Amino acid sequence: MSKAYKDHLGRPIVAVTGMGVITSLGQGLKDNWAALTGGVSGIHKITRFPTDSLSTRICGTVDFIELPADNAVERSYAMARETTLEALAQAGLSGDFNGPLFLAAPPIEPEWNARFELADRSPPSERPGDAYNRFLAAMRQKADPVFHEAVLFGSISERLADRFGTRGLPVTLSTACASGATAIQLGVEAIRQGRTDRALTVATDGSVSAEALIRFSLLSALSTQNDPPEKASKPFTKDRDGFVIAEGAATLVLESLEAALARGARVYGILKGCGEKADLFHRTRSSPDGGPAIATIRAALADAGIDESAVGYINAHGTSTPENDKMEYLSMSAVFGDRLPSIPVSSNKSMIGHTLTAAGAVEAVFSIQTMLTGTLPPTINYQNPDPAIVLDVVPNVKREQQVTAVLSNSFGFGGQNASLVMTAEPA
Amino acid sequence: MTKSANDVVITGVGIVTSQGVGAEPHVALLTAGEPPKARVETERFAPYPIHPLPEIDWSEQIPKRGDQRQMENWQRLGVFAAGLALDDAGLKDNLEACGSMDMIVAAGGGERDINVDSLIVDEALKRNDRERLLNEKLTTELRPTLFLAQLSNLLAGNISIVHKVTGSSRTFMGEEAAGISAVETAFARIRAGQSTHTLVGGAFSAERLDIVLLFEAIQGHATGEWHPIWSRKEENGGGMILGSVGAFLVLESREYAEARGARIYATIDAIGGDRGSREGGKLEARLKELARPAALIEPESTVVFSGASGFHDLVRREKAFLDTELDGRPVRAFGGLVGHGVEAQFPVGMALAALALGNGAKIPPFDPAETPMTAPAKAAVVTTIGHARGEGIAVLAAE
Repeated sequence: MSKAYKDHLGRPIVAVTGMGVITSLGQGLKDNWAALTGGVSGIHKITRFPTDSLSTRICGTVDFIELPADNAVERSYAMARETTLEALAQAGLSGDFNGPLFLAAPPIEPEWNARFELADRSPPSERPGDAYNRFLAAMRQKADPVFHEAVLFGSISERLADRFGTRGLPVTLSTACASGATAIQLGVEAIRQGRTDRALTVATDGSVSAEALIRFSLLSALSTQNDPPEKASKPFTKDRDGFVIAEGAATLVLESLEAALARGARVYGILKGCGEKADLFHRTRSSPDGGPAIATIRAALADAGIDESAVGYINAHGTSTPENDKMEYLSMSAVFGDRLPSIPVSSNKSMIGHTLTAAGAVEAVFSIQTMLTGTLPPTINYQNPDPAIVLDVVPNVKREQQVTAVLSNSFGFGGQNASLVMTAEPA
Repeated sequence: MTKSANDVVITGVGIVTSQGVGAEPHVALLTAGEPPKARVETERFAPYPIHPLPEIDWSEQIPKRGDQRQMENWQRLGVFAAGLALDDAGLKDNLEACGSMDMIVAAGGGERDINVDSLIVDEALKRNDRERLLNEKLTTELRPTLFLAQLSNLLAGNISIVHKVTGSSRTFMGEEAAGISAVETAFARIRAGQSTHTLVGGAFSAERLDIVLLFEAIQGHATGEWHPIWSRKEENGGGMILGSVGAFLVLESREYAEARGARIYATIDAIGGDRGSREGGKLEARLKELARPAALIEPESTVVFSGASGFHDLVRREKAFLDTELDGRPVRAFGGLVGHGVEAQFPVGMALAALALGNGAKIPPFDPAETPMTAPAKAAVVTTIGHARGEGIAVLAAE
């Protein structure tokens, strides 16, 4: 392999040769980018289920994709399929993909309507708490393979693998809100291992339901500023009060730079480095000193072989929760020091909400697009800055500014931290 | 095989099955002169037999009551088995090693609150505004902590909290394939120098009606009394018996392990996974490819730890495959002894293989259909064929 195709540690350089994205702002990179740089919010009132009596009644769900059945598996699969079609078309790849698939997908459970249907055909209750015994009696009478398949975690990657002809056993993963970044990281690692020249990295989340919303509500994680919906997500402001639950998907086609150029592919950006570090502080809260997040960012920079001064823009995790934004600022301050206020840092979540499992990949696509277009997407709803967070958040309107290296952060429940460094050029 | 610095070696085994807690009872059964006896619970989930947890004192690996309370049994079992593996590797409380240790966990979903679900469906039978009812009940009845006990990646999260493993934390999902991919990925990373030491494994709690339901949706469970796995009959249900199991391994590069003077159970020589249509002979063709490294080693001292799930058709096909492609190697179907462990199935097989090789075991038959071994095991093959999809095979060699 020529030196030009290797990174600072002698590993194959990993190129992004195709991207696809869906969020509440629309389908496809073109529409999403126009809305995102136009400062448009995709956050809206929930219509998927009734919300009376709920404290949060807004979301960034994707309600425009046609589904054969209205459930989280079908929605997550459909979005992943669409973004993968877009990414492969952009990459100029057709036929079997012939590389591994890394899929970030939401943990799946039976839908409530499936439980209700099961209850309708089950024998009557004999004592409190016996629903599952009755369900089992109903299943013994008549099996329901659709129910079974719909709750297998492997069912989305199975369909993607068949549809796109990926190779080997696909990995379905969850690192909570860092999942999208982890999927990309696994793809990068596979190429660096020399196991493959290309990897399909996909992240999807179509799991917004009443129960999902209520669970996050019970942890006080969601914004309750329901009116108007598009103003609720306000990262880094003083009056931020939680994230807005949302859906979306993104696909990135990763290839070794050498293989990409050999087939004449266009290179949209370089996946230069990945970093991760788990946090042992608490199940939902980060270490107060930001230690693991700091270590994660530093690990990504070290893996990329660049130092802090090279980063021209940060695509923040920026969830708009009081806790995350404070902790993320603290960790960025520790890494970037006095230079931080001069680095633009914006949060896509101000417009698309928190796409949970998909967020890391959706935001990686937008990070690459930022470098390609020389346009920084804004942080909208930035009316009342948090005085304790001194950042250039690209407030409210986009900015034309060329950047050549971007850091994207993802942090999640369970002590999950992952950061990606992307650059415009291989060197 | 010649030894090299980036060989992937197993230096720690943490295992819990119905047969007992930790390496000791499992080494005992693997080296015994007599076949082990399966432990089966036939009453509690009747008509479904299940291999239950052994008696277990959670405090041995999860000292804080507060931590125990934050989890349901699936997560507790995983955290417990992970702690056993760290202990066994001599890395427990080694803050430096744990702080840089990578982690890959194969996880399913957490437990439902059966009482809350029952309350809701019972009430729903009387009402026609079911969605509104859901909001009312979920808002008032759900325990906030239950969500965290249900999240797949919180098994890993709890391992970080309890055992301070924080180099990295990744959770793989997708039933049996998750366990295969977890070990395969850990192996590939160490081989390539991307990791020096990794904690990998999974846990499965069978004693849950919500999980039992998942498999009865395809009428997968054997019913009535326990029968040996190679001879279960169609009139006794679908053939599969679930088992509560937890299995974690500490994998290291040979260089890292030797530098710290670690005991090495075995080397993983090869591991692969695949998936696809099982029509015609396609499953067998993939298995043959995956078993290629196994076909090269001497049959008499090789043992096959088969992860057969019990599903009739798959058991028949795996048996036919082993009889033709790995002929002459004694087979031990561990799922018949400790039950099917879904995400943890492949890790359980790896754990048993490591213990067998590390102790030069002449493993007694687990099933009347299995043949005795004539020589101690020097190599092991671990198979797992997913009950719905995915299959994987690993080949291990004794030191």
